[in-house]
Amino acid sequence: MGEVLRHAWVIARKDLVLEFRSRTAFVSAAVFTALVLTVFNFGRDPTAVATVDLAPSILWVTFTFAAMLALNRAFQLELENEALDGLLVAPISRTSLYWAKLIANCVFVGVVECVGLPLFVLFFDVPVGGVLAPLIGVIALATVGFVAVGTLFSAMVIRTRFAELMLPVLLLPFLIPPLIGAVQVTARLLGGRPLSEVTGWLRLLAAYDIVFLTLATLLFPTTVNE
Amino acid sequence: MLCAEDLRHSFGPVRALDGISFTLGEGQTLALFGPNGAGKTTLLKVLAGLIRPEGGRAEVTGGRRAVGWIGHQSYLYGHLTVRENLLFWAALYDVARPLSRARAAELLGRLGVADRADVPVRVLSRGLMQRVTIARALMHDPEVLLLDEPFTGLDLAAAAEFRALLAELAGKGRIVVLATHNVDEGVELATDVAFQARGRFVQLAPRGARGPGEIADAYRRAVTGG
Repeated sequence: MGEVLRHAWVIARKDLVLEFRSRTAFVSAAVFTALVLTVFNFGRDPTAVATVDLAPSILWVTFTFAAMLALNRAFQLELENEALDGLLVAPISRTSLYWAKLIANCVFVGVVECVGLPLFVLFFDVPVGGVLAPLIGVIALATVGFVAVGTLFSAMVIRTRFAELMLPVLLLPFLIPPLIGAVQVTARLLGGRPLSEVTGWLRLLAAYDIVFLTLATLLFPTTVNE
Repeated sequence: MLCAEDLRHSFGPVRALDGISFTLGEGQTLALFGPNGAGKTTLLKVLAGLIRPEGGRAEVTGGRRAVGWIGHQSYLYGHLTVRENLLFWAALYDVARPLSRARAAELLGRLGVADRADVPVRVLSRGLMQRVTIARALMHDPEVLLLDEPFTGLDLAAAAEFRALLAELAGKGRIVVLATHNVDEGVELATDVAFQARGRFVQLAPRGARGPGEIADAYRRAVTGG
């Protein structure tokens, strides 16, 4: 297990260095997040629907599509000079490769969320002061779930002709459970409801993470083998 | 030891490998000649573990860790420097950091790219990138070298230096398989010569005292019937 994680970290660190140097995907995702929140901010009628009712859905739609940009890029990095073949020839387990991409994607999406959350608070003027810690917790919980599934699908579609189109088509149906859970928890937190009201949804998110992390880890080798 | 036994593989109706068998031991260098489409690259990919053959088996003593592979692509990341690329690949082969730094310096010096060690790979010319690719494949001091057209892009001096390096490695007992369509390249390094056409070895024999001219004549007779 130690060797798997060590190799995973070597590859994840490389991915993060590449992203830090090129900044292409991060800038795209951050700009996308800002634009979507801006459009929703000006496109809604605050007198028709209360902000606190609408805001959770907007937050999660924004995060989901911003994450797609990260997930699309995860294996595209390895197409440069066919480096993916080099990784497959190297004496590392396929599990290392999956966890490497998972770690890098989680960091990448997390950074985009760090940019998006303050913008969300700014645009929608929602009261997050007292619920910031649980809100960050639920964002982390949901993010791990959809990055786990997204990383697997990203590997599956990378050698297809329309990878960028295929990924959302395949992935979005699988994101419905964590998205519903995340929106429900966020709505109740922003509505000032007690945490005890959302334990069922939190359990669902945690179960989704465990199930799909396990499944994706087991299935990933078959997606990258010839 | 490198052992191939009755290897068979097809791409649709095209038979790329059709019952290829051979065994190489310590210090043996097989020069593999064949026209375009003869199946040389497929054979090397099967030996490297990139393609699972439909029939037969390929075995390398020491497994994937023992293989150094140069294919048609460099597997280098453009936004990493030359040195970072080499250290990254060495880490995946579990070469300790102080050793990999020393090895990178030694190989880059030997291949004439020491002055480009801290330059991003994306700015290198094709020939310089090929030199770095050679260094990448040798970083973990592999027991078996699988080389597919490794002289592509090298200038005369670099090609001569690489030939000298291969001769040294063979002298140390390394096994080398060198595939090329150019009979003049690498003949003097070979202990054994194989001609491949339409997925088959039409001839596999020790080189003996034959020079490039005789090999070229034998190749023409065996492959083209001329």
